[in-house]
Amino acid sequence: MEVVLNGTVANVDKEMNLWEFLLSKELDLETIIVEYNEVIVKKQEWNMIILQDKDRLEVLKFVGGG
Amino acid sequence: MDQLVIGGRSLQSRLFIGTGKYSADTLIPEVVKKSGSEVITVALRRIDFNSPTGNVMDHIPSGMQLLPNTSGARNAQEAIRIARLAKAAGCGNWIKIEVISDNKYLLPDGYETIKATEVLAGEGFVVLPYISPDLMVAKQLVEVGAAAVMPLGAPIGSNRGLKTKELLRILIEEIALPVIVDAGIGKPSDACEAMEMGAAACLLNTAIASANQPELMAEAFGMAVAAGRKAYLAGLGRSEKYASSSSPLTGFLHN
Amino acid sequence: MSFYDEYLQYSNADMEEVFQHTTSADIERIIGKDRLTPRDFLALLSPKAEDYLEWMAQKANQLTVQNFGRVILLYTPMYLSDYCTNKCTYCGFNVTNAFTRKQLTMEEVEKEAQTVAASGIQHILILTGDAPAIAGVPYMKECVAILKRYFSSIAIEVYAMEEEEYAQLMEAGVESMTMYQETYNPILYDRLHVKGPKKDYRYRLDAPERACKAGMRAVNIGALLGLDDWRRDGFFTGLHANYLQNKYPGVEVSISLPRIRPTMGNCETGNSVNDKSIVQFMTAFRLFMPRAGMPLSTRENAEFRNHAIKLGITKMSAGVQTAVGGHIDSQENSGQFAVSDTRNVKEMSDAILQLGYQPVFKDWQAI
Repeated sequence: MEVVLNGTVANVDKEMNLWEFLLSKELDLETIIVEYNEVIVKKQEWNMIILQDKDRLEVLKFVGGG
Repeated sequence: MDQLVIGGRSLQSRLFIGTGKYSADTLIPEVVKKSGSEVITVALRRIDFNSPTGNVMDHIPSGMQLLPNTSGARNAQEAIRIARLAKAAGCGNWIKIEVISDNKYLLPDGYETIKATEVLAGEGFVVLPYISPDLMVAKQLVEVGAAAVMPLGAPIGSNRGLKTKELLRILIEEIALPVIVDAGIGKPSDACEAMEMGAAACLLNTAIASANQPELMAEAFGMAVAAGRKAYLAGLGRSEKYASSSSPLTGFLHN
Repeated sequence: MSFYDEYLQYSNADMEEVFQHTTSADIERIIGKDRLTPRDFLALLSPKAEDYLEWMAQKANQLTVQNFGRVILLYTPMYLSDYCTNKCTYCGFNVTNAFTRKQLTMEEVEKEAQTVAASGIQHILILTGDAPAIAGVPYMKECVAILKRYFSSIAIEVYAMEEEEYAQLMEAGVESMTMYQETYNPILYDRLHVKGPKKDYRYRLDAPERACKAGMRAVNIGALLGLDDWRRDGFFTGLHANYLQNKYPGVEVSISLPRIRPTMGNCETGNSVNDKSIVQFMTAFRLFMPRAGMPLSTRENAEFRNHAIKLGITKMSAGVQTAVGGHIDSQENSGQFAVSDTRNVKEMSDAILQLGYQPVFKDWQAI
């Protein structure tokens, strides 16, 4: 199945929850913010969300800014 | 003890600093230390999976008040979304509203900023909106619950100093909230002047980040802001003398 | 939020502290500032500031010329009715004063209007006592309908009303209101206003704000200096003006500085206000609010009014009769107060010109 990750299509080859998916992308899970289908999801909810085809994910982090 | 209180937090330093444009984020801890600053801004961005970068948060000393901004927002709705995301990241409830729909001069959009401030203040955010020094916009921001107003001294990143001085002066006089001069400050003397005028604080980024020695410049700004504040508290001496004996207006009172 | 909340923030002790401890250096610094805080204004009303009257006068003059030009607007009051239900110890219209009350008929209003307009006056201030059953909103509206044909601007100085009543009068053509609090000291206020609707201090205090809310273009306030310590009442007048101007930036706020004059009633005040004190208040206020208007009435004599033109005044009355119907019959009944400057409009205009200022008869007309 396919999900949209930060605007580009990403393949998900097996069933996984959001936490597993993010880990597979080698992200520092402590410092990222995730929007799942336009809804902000808290860290403790990540392993309860099973990815579905066509899900839309936005993964953000803090960067330098003024 | 002179303190600035915003959103229930007491601050000793009246210098807010940004984290953008540094040649290396590893400079940030020393810049923070030398500046004495307690409030630091960060931005929120989509992660670019093609070119991973370091994490700015790793370089921000603990205990700093984080002030995420909504840069990138072109309207109130986008700013509100970014603010909620920033809060979800667990970095507190402060937010700098920055809505810019003008890519040519990067001037803030007052109307959208007011709308975003109203919604976010209602949700319990400590909202610090970045604005052009427009009295009517500032008054409406007071009405809708802003915690401070942050007028620009000159366009973002221009390092041109207090080009809007006369308008800033009016905001400082008329607005009961802290007036924090944001953007445009190029030199420590600009920051000092803003503080002498009665600004509550200064927020700056480019002037420090783009200096040859950012740590040294950070220290200079810390001192300039503190000096300006002290001068303001001390009460500046009079600059004009009004006595004139040539044509007294009150002579008739002595008859 | 009412001005009363702001009023309560200033205790007598705090004010006394400022009056006692303001230094010469404080005054010099304040005079040099671009914008004054309420506390600065209070310091300029202190006894110490009396030593700096000339400095204050020079700056007041400069600020007034800068903001208003060398211009004095002329207006004339027209007393419509002296029926009054109040018993105020200092006022000639006091309900217990036995004299034949009079209220202009529409024919008389028209005649008065013709007489005043013939002098060149375009701004008229209409006054009544406090007797809504006789000289209420319907009566005023009738009068305004006539006056509109003769004058470009109509102001009212009548009893305190509801916001909706102000709105009705504006609809009829009124665009400016004057309301004197008389004194901001609630205890003294209660004692001076023995009975009648005016006894309600808070209702009167909030009347100018109700007029602002109704959308009145200009609001003029004042205290009758001499009732209480003029420094206190002067300060609160300025603070009140500042409150209104900040909250209603679209309204043209001004203050008057009447001081008590002998009338036929019993005057129980013991606080005389001399010329020096009035000048101190006038100039301190100008430094505090550089853009606020400041009318000066004919309670003041000609000599004082001539000098005051250069001290911050922006409007003056001329050709004044304080009795109802006084413009068409100068032998009319008792006036509200004694007129000290009896110059007619022509004489007043000439005097203003001679002082290097321009007399103006019309600076506004709603379209």
